[in-house]
Amino acid sequence: MATGTGRGEPNEDVEAFRLRARAWLAEHMQRLPDDVDNYHLMRDDEFGVRARELQRTLYDGGFAGICFPTEYGGLGLSREHQQAFTQESAPYEMPVLFNVPTLSILAPTILDFGTEEQKQRHIPAILRGEEMWVQFLSEPSGGSDLAGLVTRATRDGDVFVLNGSKIWSSGAFRSDYALCLARTDWHAPKHRGLTMFIVKIHQPGIEVQQIRMVNGWNEFCQEYFDDVAIPAENVLGQVNDGWTVASRLLIHERDAVGGASKYTSGQGPGGERSGTLGRLDQLARSTGQASDRRVRQLVAEDRVNERVAQQLVRRVTAGIASGHFPPPAGAMPRLFAATANERHRDMALEITGRSAAAWHEGDQVGEVSVEYLFRQGGSLGGGSNEMQRNIISERVLGMPREYAADKDRPFDEVRHNATPSRSR
Amino acid sequence: MDLERSDDQELFRETTRRFLESTAPVATVRQWSEKEPSGYPADWWRRGAELGWVSLLVAEEDGGGSVSGTGLADLALVAEEMGRLVSPGPLLMANVVASAVSDLGTADQRAEVLPGLLSGESVATWCLAEPTTPAVGGDGVALEAVDDGARFVLTGVKLPVEAAADAGHLLVTARVDGGLTQFLVPAATPGVTVSPLQSLDLSRRFAEVRFDGVTVGPESVLGEVGAAADQVERQLQTVVALQCATMVGAVDEMFTRTVEYAFDRFSFGRALASYQALKHRFADMKLWLEASHATTVGAVRSVDAGEERAAELVSVAKSYVGTKGPVILQDCVQLHGGIGVTWDHDLHLYLRRVVQERALFGTPEEHRERIAARMGV
Repeated sequence: MATGTGRGEPNEDVEAFRLRARAWLAEHMQRLPDDVDNYHLMRDDEFGVRARELQRTLYDGGFAGICFPTEYGGLGLSREHQQAFTQESAPYEMPVLFNVPTLSILAPTILDFGTEEQKQRHIPAILRGEEMWVQFLSEPSGGSDLAGLVTRATRDGDVFVLNGSKIWSSGAFRSDYALCLARTDWHAPKHRGLTMFIVKIHQPGIEVQQIRMVNGWNEFCQEYFDDVAIPAENVLGQVNDGWTVASRLLIHERDAVGGASKYTSGQGPGGERSGTLGRLDQLARSTGQASDRRVRQLVAEDRVNERVAQQLVRRVTAGIASGHFPPPAGAMPRLFAATANERHRDMALEITGRSAAAWHEGDQVGEVSVEYLFRQGGSLGGGSNEMQRNIISERVLGMPREYAADKDRPFDEVRHNATPSRSR
Repeated sequence: MDLERSDDQELFRETTRRFLESTAPVATVRQWSEKEPSGYPADWWRRGAELGWVSLLVAEEDGGGSVSGTGLADLALVAEEMGRLVSPGPLLMANVVASAVSDLGTADQRAEVLPGLLSGESVATWCLAEPTTPAVGGDGVALEAVDDGARFVLTGVKLPVEAAADAGHLLVTARVDGGLTQFLVPAATPGVTVSPLQSLDLSRRFAEVRFDGVTVGPESVLGEVGAAADQVERQLQTVVALQCATMVGAVDEMFTRTVEYAFDRFSFGRALASYQALKHRFADMKLWLEASHATTVGAVRSVDAGEERAAELVSVAKSYVGTKGPVILQDCVQLHGGIGVTWDHDLHLYLRRVVQERALFGTPEEHRERIAARMGV
């Protein structure tokens, strides 16, 4: 194919890249049907079959991994190139299922800490759409206190033996690999006895259960580990230095959730809202309230929040790059996005009025009230809003850290929750 | 403030800040607000003008010139620094008139108005808002200028008008046969009456300006008769973007001082800054403050670039900053405790400045209506 160089053009400027992408997209990608966005398609693509195909198409066309290094199959281009491609690809069906967490969280963490062999094994495979990744961090026994986790990995010769349970992993049932944080030293203080592992998900000893959420989603999973043998070569970073890896992973996560990641491609998740009910102006029209002054105020307020969220991402990204802000300032776009989402859900419910209570089957207005049930989702995942406020006040404003009873004490002397057993 | 500013802009900002801190610290601004009829001594404004305060939006052939090639971005740095010290002076009004005259004025108009404005010898102001029309910008203009064939007769009231008592020239937005038309009127023209108003902001002066059959010739028209709508929109965008920069400067300064207070103030043996209940409020305020900076910069850039979406982004910024600015400042009052509602503490000067700007050139609510209208709702 004419544009399928596979690796992009060296030093190609953004506008030239944009034009080349526009032509390629028109020729190779499917336009989204009216009133359908990539979120809707994602829901129908439960096992990611379509997303894998589309990611492969991007790769073959030379448009996958725009900001990934060329030596691992990426294009090595700038954030501006990535943004141009995302804008151009807006009308098309895109493999956005790969954006979060595979491309924006796990792949960058592997790039940061992986051995050459680990990077060569996994990054090109991810960009080809062959590997979906997920993170195994949170546990049923603890939420915000991530470093207090109790899943154990015990060294036995050339392998570590994994036992315990993880929760809130998105799409683990359809994914291939996970980064799993486990405790390898119980005598060290909690942050210093952890190790990050690359874990193949579908193997003997690992059971994945989907969790049914209030809005009908079953994306989130819980995993149970029963004497799972992990080769020692699958340690990411250093043994007992997993907290360093996890901290970086969490920064990538914050960028991804706040919309600041340069590793995504295509709109959403983490991009601009779209779709019939994602935008309040369309909801106002479809409910016949477009000329209501009160409703117009809400519609505009939502637009304001949407624009300011984008402007804040740019500011914080530039500020971190120049040293004006410390890296934890990434908590600000994350908190802005979460609180704006809460407000969005409130306003959508207000505009929906009594239609929120009962509706004809298939009427999309009904989704507004069902989604309202999941209002707090964005304020919990990736570190709760309260944790983000701790980060902003302590790491950006320099205020005193919260008291921690487990600081610098061996983990086995600290009071903590028990290792969870499987619940049936 | 724009984190992506150039070295030249940073030098310009630093020069402006040093000048303001040395000549007009807040204690001086307080004294001036009581003793000086204009809120500042004339010589101080002239010295500011020498630094370029009224030159940045004006063409080089008229004696102006920007620092960076993006004049509004440069001027926003001045506006932000002036907000930081609640400085007096008709910065926004002088600049919007200078810019309009430089862009559209005849040779005679430019020669009559610009040298004095740019040197700080004179000031000028924009008469836009009217007492009975709530809409933002040109839509709210009803003041009529009757075309009698040879001359125009202006009748109506403008309110509130900043610095009207000091202005040598008034830029009056009016309607001729329904079409928006702007006039450059010497303030001494017979029939013009300036009556001072009470205002919330202590260091600036506002007035009602009455036009009772004010007769001017065609040489007073700025631009074309009946075709000023786009120009009025540009002026509005310029003023509103600068209002946001002023508000952000004021809020940033008071937030910074409140954070310092939280570290220095102890109760129950602990610094206020160590209480999680307060830390979380500071985190929210910091978020809103940085978002205010971000949206102001976004608006300024878009206006500088002459983008079509500048109209929306300016209203986004005014809606956001005009809403969150007062919220942050009132929280600063709360976190200061009783001292925060005393006359001697500076907080009320900042609250006055921000609430004043919130109310002028479109409230957040009016700008949200503008956004909704642009979305086609």
